[in-house]
Amino acid sequence: MMPKKLILTDDAFATLIKQANVFLSDEEAKNIKNQLSEALDAVSILKELPTDQVGKTSSASGLSNVLREDVAQPSLTQEEALSNASVAHDGYFIVNSVFESQDN
Amino acid sequence: MKYNQLSITQAQELLKKKEATSLDLTKDCLEAINTLEPKLNAFVTVFKVEAEAAAKLADKNLKSGIWTFASHPLAGIPIALKDNFSTAGMKTTASSKVLDNFYPPYDSTVVKKLKEAGAIILGKTNMDAWAHGSSTETSDYGSTKNPYDVGRLAGGSSGGSAAAVSSHEVIAAIGSETAGSIRQPASWCGVVGMKPTYGRVSRYGVVAMGSSLDSPGPMTKTVADSALLLSVIAGLDPKDATTSPNPVPNYLQELAQTSISGLRIGIPKEYFLKDAQPGINNLIIEASKQLEKAGAKLIEISLLDPKYSIADYTIIQRAEVSSNLARYTGVRYGGGRELLGAEAKRRIMLGTYALSSGYYDAYYKKGEAVRQLLKDDFSRVFESVDLILAPTTPTTSLPVGASADSAMFGELADVLVEASSLAGLTGINIPVGFVGGLPVGMQLIGRHFAESTVLAVAHAYEQSVNWKDNH
Amino acid sequence: MNSSKNKYQLICGAEIHVELNTKSKMFCGCKNDPFGADKPNIYTCPVCLGMPGALPVPNKKAIEDCILIGLALSCKIASVSKFDRKHYFYPDLPKGYQISQYDEPLCYDGLVETSYGPVRITRVHMEEDTAKMHHAVVDGKKVSLIDFNRSSVPLVEIVTEPDIKSPEQAKEFLKKVRDIIRALGVSSCDMEKGSMRLEANISLSSDGNLPNYKVEIKNINSFRFFANSLEFEYKRQSDILDNGETPVQETRGYRDGRGTVSQRKKEGAADYRYFPDPDIPPLVVDDIWLSSIKSRLPKLPDQIAADLVKAGVIESAAKIIVNNPDYFSFITAILTLEPSMVKIAANDLVNKKIDVNTIPEQYLKAKKAKADDKITDETILKPIIEKLMTENQALVEQYKAGKTGVLGFFVGNVMKATSGKADARVANKLILSLLN
Repeated sequence: MMPKKLILTDDAFATLIKQANVFLSDEEAKNIKNQLSEALDAVSILKELPTDQVGKTSSASGLSNVLREDVAQPSLTQEEALSNASVAHDGYFIVNSVFESQDN
Repeated sequence: MKYNQLSITQAQELLKKKEATSLDLTKDCLEAINTLEPKLNAFVTVFKVEAEAAAKLADKNLKSGIWTFASHPLAGIPIALKDNFSTAGMKTTASSKVLDNFYPPYDSTVVKKLKEAGAIILGKTNMDAWAHGSSTETSDYGSTKNPYDVGRLAGGSSGGSAAAVSSHEVIAAIGSETAGSIRQPASWCGVVGMKPTYGRVSRYGVVAMGSSLDSPGPMTKTVADSALLLSVIAGLDPKDATTSPNPVPNYLQELAQTSISGLRIGIPKEYFLKDAQPGINNLIIEASKQLEKAGAKLIEISLLDPKYSIADYTIIQRAEVSSNLARYTGVRYGGGRELLGAEAKRRIMLGTYALSSGYYDAYYKKGEAVRQLLKDDFSRVFESVDLILAPTTPTTSLPVGASADSAMFGELADVLVEASSLAGLTGINIPVGFVGGLPVGMQLIGRHFAESTVLAVAHAYEQSVNWKDNH
Repeated sequence: MNSSKNKYQLICGAEIHVELNTKSKMFCGCKNDPFGADKPNIYTCPVCLGMPGALPVPNKKAIEDCILIGLALSCKIASVSKFDRKHYFYPDLPKGYQISQYDEPLCYDGLVETSYGPVRITRVHMEEDTAKMHHAVVDGKKVSLIDFNRSSVPLVEIVTEPDIKSPEQAKEFLKKVRDIIRALGVSSCDMEKGSMRLEANISLSSDGNLPNYKVEIKNINSFRFFANSLEFEYKRQSDILDNGETPVQETRGYRDGRGTVSQRKKEGAADYRYFPDPDIPPLVVDDIWLSSIKSRLPKLPDQIAADLVKAGVIESAAKIIVNNPDYFSFITAILTLEPSMVKIAANDLVNKKIDVNTIPEQYLKAKKAKADDKITDETILKPIIEKLMTENQALVEQYKAGKTGVLGFFVGNVMKATSGKADARVANKLILSLLN
């Protein structure tokens, strides 16, 4: 069941920031850590509702097997695809090398 | 009278009689925008040049007979869009600096349908950034003010659309609701806000917030306008696998055909909060009596305490948000993640936590189970009633800056609309009067795909009162 | 392998990714042809670029192909299945999550027999491929270039139980899986083009039980390298174990000539924060749909080999044929078109090395035409006629006496002796010249 009090170590919080891939100033990090605890405290009232008898949850639309036929449709042009990229090179999107920290 | 003050149906009458042109309508709207924007800040982008060109084209096509009001049910009508609807080649920011310079290469399905119906896209309205909020105060482009009191909030996240309609900057607008984002600002700004059943209107091209909840819908001056707009934007979309194959009725025609005599309206006692702002609950009870007079049967019902829906919604929505915002990395479009605002980061962090291994069962899975409970709760009630009636919000518009005081501001402002959103139901806000000079809204909640019933009852109410004249 | 061979048991599970050859991508209508594209980023759209508001709609054919693979690997097919989002940040993953299947895969509990023992199939599921990254130096800066032509190409992942016990078994198993998928016609399984990609999870056990660590080897692009990495890891890990230590749980890459190289150490298991994709309603595979997919299931290599042996082909030749994709498709066609010719065709393939690009219909026609050929060769017909004449000297005399009617007797008997294949015109001419 839901942990009563959120126990989030500094390490665990740092991992969470990494997973969330967000940039936080020290001030923001402090605030968010507190707010996270508050929010988790607030949602803990759900413990009051027993859900063991709830069957399989249905999907929001209630639909199933919504599929498309295997037909190729026109794509964007290369120019359109790249038009919003801040940097592009030779028809490619471009990022700083992902290999800098790895062996090769 | 300025043309911008018209409803869609009124404007259409003038266009049909050739007493006004689309360009007249468009120019009056642009003029109102020009005058009011410094105070309201309802728009992020106004398409002045494009809208005037489109209006001229509409006039030309109507004159030559290429377009008719049957083939183009929104011919020449200026409409504003919440800024989370993709518009091809036109800036779409979702009120976040991350998308400050984003020009989508495609139209959202709603925009495509509006254009095909002949509507003039006037501009993009302000919202909470990424639709995260109920105040527009999380917008990176400043908050939208309430036309009834510019020291107060328009509500949100579709606050720009609500304020633009309320202040007659436009004839009608489109908003989107995840849980409350149409009904709550409509309530605070005194306009009609229609939240369709999940899957009734395509989400394709709408910047995703809570994918299992997002429902685009109309925000208008009259119920009839909402009916007309909904008929245009609703329907199965091969690009959105969650849209319903149910046929789309002509909601406008059905307004007149649906009788409310004998209709069972449920009044959930839990939705009349003890600590609601004084005066609001009374106004809603009065409004329900009005419907009773018109032949409806009022039945007291009991629903799960709405406080549970706040908690449940918080988990489900944050989880989906953390996933939906993962695509914004600045590589293919837009800026980097350092541009994400405080609210977005807060939600991403909580959502990431709720989905992480070790906590998934306690939060997300529990959240899904409670969501099922909420659905079952409504199903049970809808066995004995046709519609649910309640206040839309427990307070009138709050002062500018109010959202900063509480991390759960949005959830509290939306406490009465979240359960029905989680259950995917349709609902509408209609103005029922004023408390302290500020609008109060009543919501009607219907079964899945019971938009016709919801609209018909709202329409019957609207026709039966003339409170607007005596406030 | 060294002397510790008996000390430790190699334990290996395989993960095989196969790109399907559908016409369009997994969740959008863009053309699925990343290898054939002459330019980067020409088969993209808002969906496979992960643009704001874009939504996935699954490709029906891809799902059926995935189920077909599951059936061919003797899997059970889930009656209810769903897509989940698997989250991680990498520039080749446009949405920040990959649409995959987590706890409800389409296919599960399969089995592939090898001559070294069975390999159980844990699951076969459907997902989408990532974009392709190239590494370059632009303006003096090391960068990665991204091409989204491959983004969202349908990808089937096959996961095995840790049942592979040797490099030899690994090779046989992988080949078998590849041949089966090729026989289904749903993927080219071309390792060079990356339409089949391999990963190995390797550990060593000293007591037969599953150890508490595993080493993941990624980016293996041939069966030989797969086997090599098993041998390399056996040596590497047994050295560590011999020193009383436990190999580090990590991801390594295979580099030809160097063996496996450490890529990144894992801090526990990666947390992908899976949850059901709200954009895609669940899949329900009912009996009607399943049987329509089953009807697409062709005969698989093992069944074809059995058919060949039944038709009189020796077992070793049958094996050669089903293990060669060209031979396999050729013989499969012959089996359908003209089963009586299978033995001859098998012999032609294995022993006469006939051109495998010959269209099976043409091959059969040529064979038949050859069988129908008239004998015009006088060196064949002459001995037959001479023999007839020796045996029927009286009739020769009658002819010489002017009874030309006896000519018919000789022609008829030449035909009889050649089963009607002698060319009547040539036989006639030859008889006349010999009689005169």
